[in-house]
Amino acid sequence: MNTSILEERKTSISHHRGSGLCCERESVAGAVSQRACVYCGARVVLNPVTDAYHIVHGPIGCASYTWDIRGSLTSGADTYRNSFSTDLRETDIVFGGAKKLTAAIDELMEKEDPAPKLIFVYATCIVGVIGDDVEAVCRQSEKKYGIRVIPVKASGFSGTKSQGYKLACDAIMTLIEPHKNQPKRFGVNILGDYNLAGEMWIIKGYLEKIAIPVISTITGDSSHEKLINAPSATLNIVQCAGSSSYLAERMSEEMDIPYIKVSFFGIEDTAASLLRVADALDKPELSAKARQFAAARTAELLPIIEKYKPRLEGKKAAVFVGGGFKAISLIRQFNELGMKTVIVGTQTGKRDEYEIINSLVGEDTVVLDDANPAELERFILEKQADILVGGVKERPLAYKLGVAFCDHNHERKRPLAGFDGIENFVTEIHKSINSPVWKYVKGGAV
Amino acid sequence: MLDLTPKTVKERSALRVNPCKTCQPVGAMYAALGVKGCMPHSHGSQGCCSYHRTVLSRHFKEPAIASSSSFTEGASVFGGRSNISTAAKNIFDMYDPDIIAVHTTCLSETIGDDLGSYIMDMDIPEGKIVVHANTPSYVGSHINGFFNMMMGFMNYLTKKTGTNNGKTAVFPGWVNPGDIRELKRIAGLMNVPTTFFPDQSGVLDAPMTGKYDMYPEGGTTAEEIQGLGDSEGVIALGEIIGAEPAELLKKKWKTPYTLLPMPVGVTYTDQYVLALRRQSKTEVPAELEAERGRLVDLLLDSHQYTYQKNVAIFGDPDVVIGLTSFALEMGMTPKYVITGTPKGEFTRRIEALFAKYGVTGCTAKANADLFELHQWIKNEPVDLLIGSTYGKQIARSEDIPFLRAGFPVLDRYGGPLQPIVGYAGAIRLVEQITNVLLDRFDRDVSDEDFEIVL
Repeated sequence: MNTSILEERKTSISHHRGSGLCCERESVAGAVSQRACVYCGARVVLNPVTDAYHIVHGPIGCASYTWDIRGSLTSGADTYRNSFSTDLRETDIVFGGAKKLTAAIDELMEKEDPAPKLIFVYATCIVGVIGDDVEAVCRQSEKKYGIRVIPVKASGFSGTKSQGYKLACDAIMTLIEPHKNQPKRFGVNILGDYNLAGEMWIIKGYLEKIAIPVISTITGDSSHEKLINAPSATLNIVQCAGSSSYLAERMSEEMDIPYIKVSFFGIEDTAASLLRVADALDKPELSAKARQFAAARTAELLPIIEKYKPRLEGKKAAVFVGGGFKAISLIRQFNELGMKTVIVGTQTGKRDEYEIINSLVGEDTVVLDDANPAELERFILEKQADILVGGVKERPLAYKLGVAFCDHNHERKRPLAGFDGIENFVTEIHKSINSPVWKYVKGGAV
Repeated sequence: MLDLTPKTVKERSALRVNPCKTCQPVGAMYAALGVKGCMPHSHGSQGCCSYHRTVLSRHFKEPAIASSSSFTEGASVFGGRSNISTAAKNIFDMYDPDIIAVHTTCLSETIGDDLGSYIMDMDIPEGKIVVHANTPSYVGSHINGFFNMMMGFMNYLTKKTGTNNGKTAVFPGWVNPGDIRELKRIAGLMNVPTTFFPDQSGVLDAPMTGKYDMYPEGGTTAEEIQGLGDSEGVIALGEIIGAEPAELLKKKWKTPYTLLPMPVGVTYTDQYVLALRRQSKTEVPAELEAERGRLVDLLLDSHQYTYQKNVAIFGDPDVVIGLTSFALEMGMTPKYVITGTPKGEFTRRIEALFAKYGVTGCTAKANADLFELHQWIKNEPVDLLIGSTYGKQIARSEDIPFLRAGFPVLDRYGGPLQPIVGYAGAIRLVEQITNVLLDRFDRDVSDEDFEIVL
C-alpha cells in the first residue's frame, strides 16, 4: 500500500547523505512506532543482573511482557529469569499501593532461601500518579533487612527508552557508590554488553587472552557481588553506547575511571576495539599482543568471508536497530561482505552517530530516526533491499515484504559479536538471503 | 537450572511470581485485529503498544499493527485529549484504516480520560469510524480486555432494523485463527449462515502473497457488527469470555443467546453442533458424524496410554475449561487446573467437571500463578503439563512431558494455523498428547523394553 509520510516526520528522514537529521525527539501521536518506553529501557539494562529480584510495582502487564524474554545468559544465579510483581488491582489504585509493595518485599524475604541481597523495584506508569512513595518503601526495607532495595522510577510516559537507560545507570550507581573507595586494580569493566547469546563471554575471553583482566561486567552475567567491584577498575569499555555512555560518564566523574567506546561487531571494529582497549591501558606489550591476536583471528576468518562473499556481494541491506553505534558496525560489516546498506534506521540514535553513519553510506542511502513500519515498508520496496536487520517487530514485516531477515536484537540465538560472531553473522545473512523459500514466495502462481 | 522454586508453599497475598495472565489492553488489541480494516489504538504510553504488538507478533509470527497515543509527562498531567485527537487525525492521514478501535491503559484510566466525550468531539472523516473500550490494566486480565473491546464495538455500532438478517452470530472467544476456521467449517457443514465476531482468521494468519497489506482480507466488517442486533441469535463460545458480550446484545436488542464452553473435546463439540442444529433445524450431516466417529475411534485406540495419567493444565479460563473436560474424556486426571484470570466462575466450572467425572484429589484455582503451580508439582508430580510457553521452565526443571496450548506460544511454529476445537481439533490433541507421552516412554525405557510397536 502506498502510505504517505507525515509532515512532522519529514525532518526525521534523510534521503541524501549529509543533510541534518532531526533525532532525539518524541514520537508523533498515532504513529505505529517501533519504540518502547522508559520502563522498557530501564528493565533491559538491569534485567541481566542475575541474582537480583526485579519487582515490577504496577499492574501485571509490565511484569508479564518482560518475563524472561531477553536472551542474556548467566553463569550463576537464575533469579532474574523469574517474574516478580505487585500485580496492582483496582483497590490499590484507589487506596494506594505502597502497603502492597512493602508486603511483597516482606513475602519475598520470607520466602527466599538464601535471602535476597539485591532488589530492584520498578515503579511503572501509574505509581507516580497514585502517589506511592516508592523511595520511602525501599529505604525502609533496606533498613529492615540490611540489603539493597533500589527504586527505579520508570513511568513509561516520562520520556523515551533512552530515559529508561539513564534511570538504570543511576540505579547501578546507587548500588556501587558505597563501594567507590576501594583500591584500584589493573583491569577493565565491560559496560553495555548484556551477554546476549553469550557475547560478553566471548569478548571477555579475548581480553583475557591479551592479558587484560575483566573486573566487572555491566550488566551481562553480573551479580551483586561482581557489580560492587566495578569501582576498582582502571578503565571502562563501553559496548552499547546508547544505554551506557551516561554510566561511563558518571563513573569517570565520580570514581575517576576513564572510558572508551568500543564495538565488537564485525572484523574491522573488533580488531580496532581490542587495540584501542590495549592502547588505553598504556602498556605497550598489551598493544602488541592485541595486534597479534587480532591479526591471527582475522586471518582465520578471511576464508569464511571469501566463501560466502560471492553469494552475497551486491546484495542490498536495510538496517533498523536500537542504537546508532550498532548501526555503524553493521554498515561496516556489510561493506566487508561487498553488500550495500541502502536504509539505516535507529530508535534512539544520537546526532554524532548519525554523522558517522552518513560518512559510511552511499549518496542515495535513506537514513531515518524512529522509523515506523509504513516508512520501513516504503523504503525497503523503493530501495529494493534484499535483507532487513532488525528486532522482533520487524521480522514478520520483512517476511511479508518478501525480504530476508536477520535478528540483531533480543531474539538472536547465536552470538554475533567478536571474531566468533562473524561466521554466525555471515551464515545467518547467507541462510536467509539464499534460502530456497524465496522461490515459492517470489515465484507467484502455482 | 531454573529451579528457584522452593518446595514449601507459603501463602502470598501481595507478591505475584511468574504470572499466568497479562493486562487488559493486549486482549483489546487482539479483539480489534479481528475487525476488518481496523487499527487498534493504545491510549497510553508507548511501551504498552510496543509490548502488546511484540507478544502478538511472537505468538502468531505475523505483523501485529497498532498505534499509540505516545503519552508524555504533559499528557499525564493535563489528560490525553489532545493526544487522541492528534493521533486519530494522523492515523487516518497516514494509515487510512476504516476503523480506529481505541482502548485505554492503566495510565489513561487512572488520570480519568473520558474517551467517550473525546471521540464525540473529534473530527472524524466521512465514512470512517472511531470506537473505544475501557480496559483498565488493574482489573481482571487480558481476557477482560478482549470482551470489553467486543462490547466497545457493539456499543458503538450495533443497530436493530427490525428485519432478521437470517444469520447466527458466533462469538468464538480468544482462540487462534486455525480454531476460527474450524468453527466456521463446522457451521458451514451444518448449513448455518454465520457472522463470526471477532474474526482474526485471514488477519493473523494472512497468506504470503509477496506484498504486505496492513489490513489483510480477514476480519469482521463494520456492517457485520452493525447487523449483530438483527441476527437470529448468538452462540457465545467460552463461558467466561462470552458471557458479558452475549448479555449486552440481549439487553440492547433482545437477541437471544446460547452460552457454551469452548468446544474442545467430544462433549463440548457436540454442544456446539447441537446449538447449530437448533439454528438450522437440519440433521447433522454424515460427514460430521464420521469425523466424530474417527475421533472416538482414535480415543479408543490410544486410551491405554492416557487413562489415569495425571495432568496439570494452566492458561486462560475458557481454553483451560475445554482442555480439562477433554482430558477427563481421555481418562486423565486433571490434578492441578489453574488460570491467572481472577474469576470465581472458573473454579466452580472446573470443580463441577471434577464432580461429573468423579475424580478426587484435584485442585482448581483462579487468580493463581505459575510459581504456585510449580510448587504443587514439586510436592506431588504430574505426568504431563499443558499450557502456554511459560510452562517450559517448569517442564524442564521437573522433567515433565509438556504440550503447548493456549496463549502465548512463543517458541513453536504453526500452532495458530491449527485448531484445538471441534472433532478435528480433538483428533489433533489426542495425537499430540499421546505422542508427547510415548516420546517420553521411549526416552526413559530400558534397552530391553524398547519396542518398535506401541
